[in-house]
Amino acid sequence: MLTITLAIFIPFLAALFVPSIYKWKPDKIGWFILIIPLVLFISLVRFIPRVAGGETISHTFDWIPSANIYFTTYLDGLSLIFGLLITGVGSLVILYSIYYLTARESLSHFYVYLLMFMGAMLGVVFSDNMMVLYVFWELTSISSFLLIAFWYHRKQSRYGAQKSMLITVSGGVAMLAGFIMLYAMTGSFSIRENIAMIGEFTNHALFVPAMILVLLGAFTKSAQFPFHIWLPDAMEAPTPVSAYLHSATMVKAGIYLVARFTGIFGGDAVWFYTVSIVGIFTLFWGSFNAVRQTDLKALLAYSTISQLGLVMSLFGLGSAALHEGYSDQSVLYAQATFAALFHLINHSTFKGALFMVVGIVDLNAGTRDVRRLGGLMALMPVTFTIALIGSFSMAGLPPFNGFLSKEMFFEAMLTVRHLEFFSIGSWGILFPILAWVGSIFTFVYSMIIVFQTFFGAHQPERLDREAHEAPMGMLIAPSILGLLVVAVFFFPNVVGDYLLRPAMSAIYPSLPNIAGAMKSIKIWHGPNLALWMTVGVVVIGFLLYASLKYWRSMYKVGPFRWGLDSVYNGALSMMERSSTVLTNRYMTGYLRHYLIYIFGIFLILTAGTLVLVGGVPFDFSNDSSITVNEYILVFGMMVAGVLMIFVSSRVTAILLNGVLGYSIALFFVIFRAPDLALTQIVIETVTTALFLLCFYFLPEVKKERVKRPAKIVNLLIAISVGTLVTVIALAVQGSNMFDSISIYFENAYELTGGKNIVNTILGDFRAFDTMLEVVVLFIAGIGVYTLVKLKSRKEGRDVED
Amino acid sequence: METLITILAGVLVTVAVYLLLSRSIIRIILGSAVLSHAVHLLLMVMGGLKKGSVPLLGEVSDRYTDALPQALILTAIVISFAVTAFLLVLAYRTYQETGSDDLREMRGFTDE
Repeated sequence: MLTITLAIFIPFLAALFVPSIYKWKPDKIGWFILIIPLVLFISLVRFIPRVAGGETISHTFDWIPSANIYFTTYLDGLSLIFGLLITGVGSLVILYSIYYLTARESLSHFYVYLLMFMGAMLGVVFSDNMMVLYVFWELTSISSFLLIAFWYHRKQSRYGAQKSMLITVSGGVAMLAGFIMLYAMTGSFSIRENIAMIGEFTNHALFVPAMILVLLGAFTKSAQFPFHIWLPDAMEAPTPVSAYLHSATMVKAGIYLVARFTGIFGGDAVWFYTVSIVGIFTLFWGSFNAVRQTDLKALLAYSTISQLGLVMSLFGLGSAALHEGYSDQSVLYAQATFAALFHLINHSTFKGALFMVVGIVDLNAGTRDVRRLGGLMALMPVTFTIALIGSFSMAGLPPFNGFLSKEMFFEAMLTVRHLEFFSIGSWGILFPILAWVGSIFTFVYSMIIVFQTFFGAHQPERLDREAHEAPMGMLIAPSILGLLVVAVFFFPNVVGDYLLRPAMSAIYPSLPNIAGAMKSIKIWHGPNLALWMTVGVVVIGFLLYASLKYWRSMYKVGPFRWGLDSVYNGALSMMERSSTVLTNRYMTGYLRHYLIYIFGIFLILTAGTLVLVGGVPFDFSNDSSITVNEYILVFGMMVAGVLMIFVSSRVTAILLNGVLGYSIALFFVIFRAPDLALTQIVIETVTTALFLLCFYFLPEVKKERVKRPAKIVNLLIAISVGTLVTVIALAVQGSNMFDSISIYFENAYELTGGKNIVNTILGDFRAFDTMLEVVVLFIAGIGVYTLVKLKSRKEGRDVED
Repeated sequence: METLITILAGVLVTVAVYLLLSRSIIRIILGSAVLSHAVHLLLMVMGGLKKGSVPLLGEVSDRYTDALPQALILTAIVISFAVTAFLLVLAYRTYQETGSDDLREMRGFTDE
């Protein structure tokens, strides 16, 4: 089906037209852009029944078939979820940004970047070929860079953009290396083919390195510890961008990658441990650090890191299902993946809503610092309601969707205790403990968002603007998300049956029954351990929130204070300094040095190769005879050449050069090349004249004031280069590996109607070369003209001075 | 003949490289001119020398000299002329601006 392929390209195509629409209707442009994700969303929604029925849709066209790179788009349950998130949240974000960004901003840039991101992100989730996926993957990094730096006049924006770019792109390159390793093993870039074939290669030496490299890509993109440091700085982007790229879609690309590659690497202990431990630690670390933030957006950034860690760890646990084929055990672990997918969707709804709320508060109160905010409930009732829904869902409270997925998360973490393979032993108990502690901090910062912003005393004197409710239009998008948060709680199995189960079959293609074996999501599952854990989270979380001012100072002590940020900044500035020092050492700007590098490398590589290959074939048997006057000519040229080194008069030097040139013309006559002889004589005459003309303006060639060692070095290099060239040329003549192609041109009369073979080559067979040669002459002519012309103007100015 | 011309080309390359490594712009330009001479000779040698007649169809001969190197050299001669002309004017301009034809002085190095 072409629809999916088109879906990737439509945003890119639309981006082309943005500037002209912007010229036409600069203040209405958002409404035009909104059509695109909306149309895409609706066309994707129409696929839901077919995909839920077990159908997958793919379409291939050849891109670079010789390198096994096909542009294959593939729609299954997993990519459908992401496709719906990208287009759905995309529509809401564009609707929101119509009101968020004023007409004074450069809207045309903004929407071009946003559409570029949308296309690239759709490309990531719909591509089956890893190389195509990689291209789109890096495109998302680039569009994210452009969007973070949207307000590029701010230093912090530029810093954040650079940081995110450096971290995500290096991860992307690592991922590319991983893909190439996979290709080296299986001989295919197709993810589906790899999943089918990988069974034979799990003991291959490249299996684990490929896995680690792919994970590096996923972890950097999804801001997992210790690569999470770019996400808080990415909050310099306009809030719609933060809501879209840095919470709902782009940062989930890493999670998508992990889910997609579970079929390839899942079932291996290294994958299981790396993904689940990095995930669970990120969950803890993100939530722990979110509490200390005073900027609402920074708080949300850390909260996103933490929630991404949660989903990541669930995918890690879920991969255990592939360890031993289909069994009751594997159904139990697959339940973790089910929870991960569910939370993924829920997170996009409540976090998207919260980002939009923070944007509204920022815009209408003039600050997002929780210390200056307070008492906004009465002033912004609608915003408050949405914030309440979003935060309570994030904290895992009913009746919001976060409660359901949080419960499933706890249950999944508790099953790790029963894990009998991967030699986990009693360490498994750490998983539920870390999960629980992380959830407590999650509860605390969720309360900070609601209570410190909307309750307490209103302090109008500390706000930059008089706080008031946002306009209707701005509230539409977050309200829709807020409604979804509640709706999903009451009808979780609509999501479960139509989106999650098909995605389960996509993640576990080798376990076809797994989707049906998933328990349906229950709003009330009776008092079990998971529920008691939630109760504990609420009680302890509430106590901690109430006593926040007593223990907050803990963040100022010791190891909590120095972060990974200083490591990053230090490493970056150290690299800049050392590369400056290094570059200045060899880039001296002195031609002689550069030529020495060039000749040196030429000598080392070529002479080295000759030595390595061993033996240079010499064969003089084919040489033609030499007459006496030819000997005299050669001798004359050698003398003239060597003399050029020693002469101090420039006229002598140019005359010697003339001797060389005219002698060569004579050789051309001897070697039966009349055209060359003629050309050479003309050119040599003109060159000599030109030299003499220029010498009129140039100083006399001075005796070189060069120290003896430098001279010796020059001489050594010159002699070695000369010798090497001779040896190579002789070796080439000595070996006869290919037949000459020149016979072809002897058909010149039949092919071109010309009898002079050299002329037909220049004017017919290789006419393009000749044309470009004329272009070179033309460019050189322009250069000469410009250099001469520039002078008079500059001199004129000098006189004025 | 081929070997002799190859050795001649080697000598010319040596001279050219030595001139290129010097400090005076004029010597560098001369070096590049000599280098193109050497390369033309080398190209010529590659097709074999004095084997067959002038590559003009209709000459009474059973064999023609290899025409391909000749075509290449013809191109190279013209290009090297363009390069030399450009370099000369560049040297002229540089001397007008800086009053020096010594690359080392231009970089602000003090003399050894």
